[in-house]
Amino acid sequence: MKRYTEEHEWLELDGDVATVGISIHAQDALGDITFVELPEVGRTVKKGESLAVVESVKAASDVYAPLDGEVVEVNGALEDNPQLVNEAAEGEGWFIKIRLADAGAAAAFMDSEAYATFVANES
Amino acid sequence: MTQPNETGHSGESATGELKKTPLFEAHRAAGAKMVPFAGYLMPLQYKGIIAEHQATRDSAGLFDVSHMGQIDVTGEGAADWLERLTPADIKGLAEGGARYSVLTNAAGGIVDDLIITRLADRFRLVVNGARRAAVAAHFAANPAPGVEARFLDRALIALQGPAAEAVLAAHVAADLSGMDFMSAVETEAFGAPALVARSGYTGEDGFEISLPEAAAMGAYETLLADPRVAPVGLGARDTLRLESGLSLYGQDLTEEISPVEAGLLFVIARRRRAEGGFIGAECVLAEIADGPARRRVGLAVEGRVPVRAGATITHAGTRIGTVTSGGVGPTVGAPIAMGLVASEFADPGTALEADVRGRAIALKVAKLPFVPARTKRKG
Repeated sequence: MKRYTEEHEWLELDGDVATVGISIHAQDALGDITFVELPEVGRTVKKGESLAVVESVKAASDVYAPLDGEVVEVNGALEDNPQLVNEAAEGEGWFIKIRLADAGAAAAFMDSEAYATFVANES
Repeated sequence: MTQPNETGHSGESATGELKKTPLFEAHRAAGAKMVPFAGYLMPLQYKGIIAEHQATRDSAGLFDVSHMGQIDVTGEGAADWLERLTPADIKGLAEGGARYSVLTNAAGGIVDDLIITRLADRFRLVVNGARRAAVAAHFAANPAPGVEARFLDRALIALQGPAAEAVLAAHVAADLSGMDFMSAVETEAFGAPALVARSGYTGEDGFEISLPEAAAMGAYETLLADPRVAPVGLGARDTLRLESGLSLYGQDLTEEISPVEAGLLFVIARRRRAEGGFIGAECVLAEIADGPARRRVGLAVEGRVPVRAGATITHAGTRIGTVTSGGVGPTVGAPIAMGLVASEFADPGTALEADVRGRAIALKVAKLPFVPARTKRKG
């Protein structure tokens, strides 16, 4: 199941590998996305560190590592088709796969219901 | 993920309550994302910046620009006073004629850019919303006996794009077909007394309609009901003006940038170059004679990484300028920018680099505008 962070990112675990992207709500807030800058595969990341940059027509926004780990795959499709993030933020528009140092830590994030409440309270 | 800075550009942050234009409820009803801008809650976008940009280039975009300051200048010495405040040829301006100009400061910098229109018995000025207070202070510091400048409570709606004339004609008493770009007429529009100007800041043909606040909602809803018209927010307003090579106050124009550096030589009328007599004329005229140390240029960005305002511009590793506006041009289909660079690097084709998050992004100085203007000129 998907978990959500307060930074409007989602992650979904498969073993100790988390697929990470931005939420549907986040892509809507960003508007038309024109470019996604992704990290190198193999990079070690610390929780809270900038992992990727999303450029929309209006601004550049950082995407942060939700947890410690190592980047094992990036979504190359975003290079030619960054609009995938607008079209399918929580599916084909995923950003990165990270092998988590501590997969159990992911359980601390919000489930979809809690995230929906979080978004509603934020605005 | 960080939330993008949704205050947009040049919007001086509001201290205190944000104001609403007379069209606020219409924006909400149209599903706009509202953001603080120039002290007002303004629509950033409705359906999306790219779609709104295209609608303006292809048909007609409807903009609420009621946050801008509308000012009437009256009194015997009004033309003299405006020639003291700007380098424009105001005395040579015919009734119904409009000029883009700048208010200069003593150092030759720009207090604001504005449109000045000569009407039968007064001048109408339109200044940037975020500069209302600065302009009022500038006027107060440079008074003229018998001349009054009064900020008006009026709405301002812009209809921009190739279909603008056909859409608007049915709602305006005056004949629009004979109007050239940068001309204006006092007439009746949408059943109210209006000032209709053929002008705008998108590079497209179009009109700006100044209306009493009470008439604004009816006019806006009437225009929006036309299938050729789409509502357009601040986001697309910025991409349209950037593609058209038009400067934005607070980014491309500031108190520290002269009209010569800003590439606005055309605002300094020939007679005024000979006579001077405007605030900061000594600095501005010397700069015309000697050439400015830096110039505003267009920048074509190689690749797909947008280069944004504030990025450092380098040549052979040395800092030679700063990006003042940048983003993606939806019509161009690539990232584009404008910047201030040392004059020796201002020739079109010059290869430069911009620093984006520690990476060097290749740029080429480009001729402005990126998209040719389609405004209506005398044929």
